[in-house]
Amino acid sequence: MNWESWLLSGLLATLALSTVLSLSQGIGLTRMNIPYLLGTMVTPDRQRAKLYGFVIHIVNGWLFSILYVWIFESQRLATWWFGMLIGLAQALFVLTVGMTLMPSFHPRMASEQHGPNASRQLEPPGFMALNYGFRTPVSVFIAHAAYGAILGAFYQLR
Amino acid sequence: MDYGQLENQPRSNNLVGENSSLSDVSAIQDYGIIGDCRAAALVSRHGSIDWLCWPRFDKASIFAALLDPERGGYWSISADSAQQIERQYLPESNVLQTKFSTSSSAATLTDLMPVIDESSTPLSMIADHEIIREVECTAGEIVIDFSFVPRAEYGLNSVHIRDAGKLGFRMEVGGGVYWLRSSVPLQLRGDAAYARISMKHGDSLRFSFSYAEEAPTVLPPLDKTIIAARVRATVEWWQQWAKRAQYDGPYRDEVVRSALALKLLSYAPSGAIIAAPTTSLPERIGSDLNWDYRYCWLRDASLTIRAMLGLGYWEEADDFMDWMLHATRVTQPELRVAYTVYGELAPRERVLDLAGYKGSRPVRIGNAARDQFQLDVYGEVIDAAAQYVFHGRELDRVMQKILIGFGNYVVKHWMLPDEGIWEPRTGREHHTHSRLLCWTALDRLISLHQQGMLSLLGTAQLDVYKQNSELIRREIQQRGWNQQLQSYVSVLDGDQLDASLLLLSWYGFEKAGSPRMQTTHRAIMESLATDGLLYRYRRDLPEGAFAICSFWEAEYLALGGGSLAQAHTLFRRLLTYRNELGLYGEEIDPRTGAALGNFPQGFTHVGLIGAALSIAEREKGEPQLAHREETATKRSSQEGAPA
Repeated sequence: MNWESWLLSGLLATLALSTVLSLSQGIGLTRMNIPYLLGTMVTPDRQRAKLYGFVIHIVNGWLFSILYVWIFESQRLATWWFGMLIGLAQALFVLTVGMTLMPSFHPRMASEQHGPNASRQLEPPGFMALNYGFRTPVSVFIAHAAYGAILGAFYQLR
Repeated sequence: MDYGQLENQPRSNNLVGENSSLSDVSAIQDYGIIGDCRAAALVSRHGSIDWLCWPRFDKASIFAALLDPERGGYWSISADSAQQIERQYLPESNVLQTKFSTSSSAATLTDLMPVIDESSTPLSMIADHEIIREVECTAGEIVIDFSFVPRAEYGLNSVHIRDAGKLGFRMEVGGGVYWLRSSVPLQLRGDAAYARISMKHGDSLRFSFSYAEEAPTVLPPLDKTIIAARVRATVEWWQQWAKRAQYDGPYRDEVVRSALALKLLSYAPSGAIIAAPTTSLPERIGSDLNWDYRYCWLRDASLTIRAMLGLGYWEEADDFMDWMLHATRVTQPELRVAYTVYGELAPRERVLDLAGYKGSRPVRIGNAARDQFQLDVYGEVIDAAAQYVFHGRELDRVMQKILIGFGNYVVKHWMLPDEGIWEPRTGREHHTHSRLLCWTALDRLISLHQQGMLSLLGTAQLDVYKQNSELIRREIQQRGWNQQLQSYVSVLDGDQLDASLLLLSWYGFEKAGSPRMQTTHRAIMESLATDGLLYRYRRDLPEGAFAICSFWEAEYLALGGGSLAQAHTLFRRLLTYRNELGLYGEEIDPRTGAALGNFPQGFTHVGLIGAALSIAEREKGEPQLAHREETATKRSSQEGAPA
């Protein structure tokens, strides 16, 4: 594995992912705010949650790119379109499995089965995160496609 | 509790649907306001929220039955059988309680927008925007009718309500989402939710309505203890804020209520202060004098800050000065009349296809005054800054430069005609009040310089200010005075009067007890008084009496234009025109005492506070604020700046 290349391409891809998701939120495409969702796992304070969540998201995205790089190396193929395909697959997984499971592992998220209580009040994403706006899947697909494409384009096979 | 089956569920008072009519909307003074310093809702005495714009004052409404009972949308919780309805705010708070009573039963509805101290570390998550409504049956058995009819974009769009099970009811509008949560089952019918609930003594109902557009929302739990704690926290927050009011005169309750109303009109994230939370409540029922006041008029905001400073609310003054600095940056040294809470120009005026309040059309959003030229604004802003300094605050270099920029602008433009304080849409004239405020602008800057608080003002420029100040003074004294009428007049060389001439004394231009002011006061009373109130000016089809003008008169009397007893008498009479919650509109119908215009109106509450402060100062024998710069500065320097 080309560690130097991973460090650079992983960071670039993560920044692109964050930018696309923030942009989607800013233009009203979705209310999904990944840093906020991640940050509220550790604090109920809105402003701090956004800051903590941003750091967690960057580290998480960076580390997650190892999986992409591992696939690139195992297939001996690192191109923008191959990265994008992996990104789209990941987006599908995140939207269908990840979002559905989120109320189970997020300590402050309400569940649709039990409703909110004193400690769990955050609106759950629902299937395909549609609770956060019906265009949410679009922004998630675009963001992950960009993430994968940048990784595929910039990563240099060993 | 029993949840009855619903057939057609009409509103008991503010009907929406086939049974409604224009007369079903409540009288303007029958509304109360709740808010969180970001947005506000108007609640009728029958428990109906007929006006709500989220996420901030000037955004599109989700309830607007106030302006169109048929289409606007509302959220009503009421007791159909109530024979008596009483309302009050919980002491020194903006938490509203409405008590419905029959001969054998009673229920209390509590309405609030929760607020918390942002500096405290929250122990749980908090919704961005929320209204909590709680009903408690306090005696016997009573039936409560619940109707929830949201309509987006000022009632122009329907809202699809989706049942999300235990999470509540979800409504997606544009990029945002509304959630309604209820402690009792609701029946969805079309784009509305209803319930009829039979309650007995000790039962309670709890509802939460929230909105989010920037992130996943927070869904507050409705457990009785949690809601009780949140209501208590909000009441305590308001009470702590009210306790800070430094007023020890005879009208403390009334002054604090007005301060609380003004605080509701402030927009906490930016420090801006809007004129009123509503649009198009008419100045004359059935007329077209309907304007959107959900913006920050520099004049009104400056007067509000002066009132807040008088009561010792330093934080609000600091926030406003910061906001003013930011909001006017693009146009400096030129000032516009009205801005949004974030300092953008108020939007262009447009007309909505709504029925209007009791048929008063058109319903406007945006405000055409944004393009007007009003010279008095400079004087208001500079006077607010001067009061800020006289109360012990300091001007940094940036602020000084900005104020000098405004002063230089006044020097170049004071001789021009303008639209003036009353914003007529009939063209520009040479208004005496505008000249007065141009004089005030230069006078205050000179005064600040003399006290060493405006060190960036050079000597040459100071001389220019002095020369122009004198020129304006002479012009007002010569051309603003009508020898035949023995009165100052609205327009230079004119023969008409308006109530703003009473302010000549407040700004220190002419002593209240001077012969000229005495005869001007008499002329104003002869020309503009009606049933003990004052019109702002004469017009062929009279609007209501302009409420702040009567408070100006009370203040004029307190400043030496009359006796203290006269000031007290007038002030007490004006208090009778409040609604039972202590709120005023912009105008008062002299025949009926009914409120007219946008509601509640910050300008009127500013007038009440100003008059009460002047009366208290007269009682103590203190000189009036605008004339005691040296005293105030000395006092502040001895005591140190307020924390």
